[in-house]
Amino acid sequence: MEEKKGGTSAGGVVLPFLLGFVAALAFGWWGVPQLLYSKKTQPLVFTHQNHIELYGMSCDDCHSFRRDGSFSGLPGNAKCGECHSFPLGDHPDEIKFVEEYYEKGIEVPWLVYQYQPDNVFFSHAAHREYDCATAGCHPDVGSSNELPVYYENRLTKYSRDTMKMKDCERCHATVAAQEPERFAGAPNACQICHK
Amino acid sequence: MVLYLKEFKIKWGMVIDLDRCTGCGACMVACQAENNIAPPVDASDKRYSLTWMLVYQLSNKQPYPNHDVAYMPRPCLQCGKPNCVPVCPVIATDKNQEGGIVSQVNARCIGCRYCMAACPYHARYFNWQDPVWPEGMEKTLTPDVSTRPRGVVEKCLFCHHRYMYARDKARIEGRDPNALNEGDYIPACVEMCPTGAMVFGDLENPEHKVHKLSKSPYAFRLLERLNTKPQVYYYSKREWVRKQGDNYLEHETVGGV
Repeated sequence: MEEKKGGTSAGGVVLPFLLGFVAALAFGWWGVPQLLYSKKTQPLVFTHQNHIELYGMSCDDCHSFRRDGSFSGLPGNAKCGECHSFPLGDHPDEIKFVEEYYEKGIEVPWLVYQYQPDNVFFSHAAHREYDCATAGCHPDVGSSNELPVYYENRLTKYSRDTMKMKDCERCHATVAAQEPERFAGAPNACQICHK
Repeated sequence: MVLYLKEFKIKWGMVIDLDRCTGCGACMVACQAENNIAPPVDASDKRYSLTWMLVYQLSNKQPYPNHDVAYMPRPCLQCGKPNCVPVCPVIATDKNQEGGIVSQVNARCIGCRYCMAACPYHARYFNWQDPVWPEGMEKTLTPDVSTRPRGVVEKCLFCHHRYMYARDKARIEGRDPNALNEGDYIPACVEMCPTGAMVFGDLENPEHKVHKLSKSPYAFRLLERLNTKPQVYYYSKREWVRKQGDNYLEHETVGGV
């Protein structure tokens, strides 16, 4: 019968098609991210947990707001040098910081996981009621002694963990739905986040 | 999109006293420096120069003893019913944020220039060339304003980044960012004006000077009869100046005393 004959030959075609499909999916889901992102490590070892738990520091001691409302971001050499102007211990990275960065007056080129593109205006002051890590904006570096691997997009040079516009928009829409008067009905007005 | 008058609780606006304006052009310079506008190759070529803030000269066209001139700075007037917004095919420009500033997101603009054709005030400019800063001058760039590439439309935003920073400062000081005091937020041109001809504030807030000034009989708006409801008011005690604010007929009466 002609129909049965057609059926068997179709089975022979389906198998290579399926294999190719699976291979394409594997390449797309596993292979492309490997190719797209290069891994980078921070220039120095830094332990947030030790600073907080052993020395009783708080986040604000280094990551503080200035009086004009702007956010200081990462501390510079001057801030770190308040304690580490000479090696306090014998960790090689601490000695490296003092000798190669602090004494030569070179700022440490820390890799920032969340730097936004130039046309984005982000206000830390407006978001300070949220927890940096649990709100999903920053990796939770405060409770560990490890700094996560920095993935850099080879094409755009942005960090993989840079917050995407859809994430900003989703949170703005959700919060605004709960408190409409604070956002005056336009939680995602372009100029709130763009400059 | 805005096809109707959108009302806001805060309406940032300006009242420009044309009797005080000397036409010095400090506002134009302040604007270009603040908003990262590259020095033009040929500033006399008005087709290619970007002047978000532009000072016009008005004349009463009378012979010598009665001759009189006035100077009129023209930023984007931040219309209540902006003509530029509904024509934008990609919503790169919109009027939807509290404060009533007409936004312009350059990354989103496709450069079709419909908005420029729609704007009756010629307040929008097209980038024909990529901006070039002479060597060393790139250090003067304002970090809070992104530079624009060629092929997009740009315009005055009342120095919107200053608004955002004023709100941040209010937040850190524990004040309500939606109730800024007069002077917390002013654009660069207003700050720079040497004669105090420009006053900036919230038109809806009775504590701000602009609220009272905009209701003065000497205040007028440009092309008022187009019903675009600009948030920029002009002020002059000279009737001929007020008369040039719109296309009045020769013997038509103008508002004011």
